[in-house]
Amino acid sequence: MAYSEKVIDHYNNPRNVGTLDKADKNVGTGLVGAPECGDVMRLQIEVGADNVITDAKFKTFGCGSAIASSSLATEWLKGKTIDEALTIGNMDIVEELALPPVKIHCSVLAEDAIKSAINDYRVKNGLEAIAMEKSHH
Amino acid sequence: MIIVRKDFLYLCATNKRTEMKQPIYLDNNATTPLDPRVLEAMLPYFTEKFGNAASRNHAFGWVAEEGVDYAREQVAKLIGCTEKEIIFTSGATEADNLGIKGVFEMYKEKGNHIITAITEHKAVLDTCKHLEKNGARVTYLGVKEDGLIDLGELEAAMTPETILVSIMYGNNEIGVIQPVKEIAAIAHKHGALFMTDATQAVGKIPVDVIADGIDLMAFTAHKMYGPKGVGALYVRRKNPRVKVTSQMDGGGHERGMRSGTLNVPGIVGLGKACELCRLEMESESKRLSALRDRLETTLNKMEESYVNGSTQHRLPHVANISFKYVEGEGLMMAMSDLAVSSGSACTSASLEPSYVLKSLGLSDELAHSSIRYGLGRFTTDEDIDQAIAITEKAVLHLRELSPLWEMFKEGIDLSKIEWAEH
Repeated sequence: MAYSEKVIDHYNNPRNVGTLDKADKNVGTGLVGAPECGDVMRLQIEVGADNVITDAKFKTFGCGSAIASSSLATEWLKGKTIDEALTIGNMDIVEELALPPVKIHCSVLAEDAIKSAINDYRVKNGLEAIAMEKSHH
Repeated sequence: MIIVRKDFLYLCATNKRTEMKQPIYLDNNATTPLDPRVLEAMLPYFTEKFGNAASRNHAFGWVAEEGVDYAREQVAKLIGCTEKEIIFTSGATEADNLGIKGVFEMYKEKGNHIITAITEHKAVLDTCKHLEKNGARVTYLGVKEDGLIDLGELEAAMTPETILVSIMYGNNEIGVIQPVKEIAAIAHKHGALFMTDATQAVGKIPVDVIADGIDLMAFTAHKMYGPKGVGALYVRRKNPRVKVTSQMDGGGHERGMRSGTLNVPGIVGLGKACELCRLEMESESKRLSALRDRLETTLNKMEESYVNGSTQHRLPHVANISFKYVEGEGLMMAMSDLAVSSGSACTSASLEPSYVLKSLGLSDELAHSSIRYGLGRFTTDEDIDQAIAITEKAVLHLRELSPLWEMFKEGIDLSKIEWAEH
């Protein structure tokens, strides 16, 4: 299968690879997927004043599209408020990376990772977790 | 008269990387490049020797028929049978279909039971599934950790209704070689025929249908440096005389078992490919197994890498290795200078990793992390050096990106984590 240029770019130059301290109160961690499915994404956000995401890091076990999806997600998250981040949908990622239908699950996983990182942050800070939509699966 | 520059042919076939850098080809289980000597033998049959081998009344037909007859001899000589026992087909898939469906239809009065194994190629498995809809009962034997079937299990599965045992010679994904002789003996003891899909084995290791006790055997040209679109089914004519019901009806070609105008250039190519394999197999397999062993031993020294399948009973040119905590398709993308394949499911819509690797008892995770290296006639020492370097670099790079690798390094037991539904 031929990958789009954007997937190849993110794959060759992944943005924001790394690890934030998950014990930090300002850090939210989302770990989604499963090794036996061939995809695991860990996405972390650091939230500063006014609910603005000041840093985002990822590590992904998966195919090129999964790596590119999570790399793109971290890029988009930085500088956004939590509320803005929640509006990122998997189809935005599909569109930006020109993912083919068989790779849509990679974008779904990235969206889940964002939401799960936000929820981790919220719960840590005494807020209620936001319900995760499962309809797109 | 056409002129083809020999050096051009050589460049094509040996994948010499000249102007445009081409990846190193280590996917010879998928297909092999055409040997330039095979192409040379084929070329006249596209042009001046274009006749229909079934045209009995003029020289054009005779010349084409001579080409086919000679090829039949070359093929027969490689596998130790007579010329009349070879039926040319469009490839191994057709040969598998003809062998299995043809035996079932011919012998179904005697019984309806077929035995095969879960690690067979889809050409065998799906043919068996098709027959199940038509009254066949099929037993799919499992395999042991090393990929070999259990002979005791085979023996236990045999019934008076068993008409056919179909077990592959060498596996396409992991290269393990089944104990064909012993399987044949068990099948025969119970009055069943023994068929083998020998697509990956013929031309690579000595295959002798008499010594091995094979009654039907499918194979193809494009896995042994011949052209695509041509293969053959061996059908035994003596002790016992085996018959198959034709699956392609028409002009009665191939003694009525496979109608259709013969693909003369392809058949000539298959013949030449068989001859070259017969003459060069011994030295080639020694050279390739040494290269393969070097590749495998070096890569297996990497942390958390696992060799899949038996290393004792296997084809000389295949290595299948899992690099834990990296995903196969992602890994192949990082190795774009290397053409290999993976048991990862990411390329398929099903998201299921290789059923062959899973049947060895491999976890889905390790199956997703597997890379198959298939060496071939034109693989050089230097190719292997580069393949090692490229793989090591890519694995290390992707592990830097892998959350699983990080967790492994932190001593976290990944099996104890409750993974989110996906």
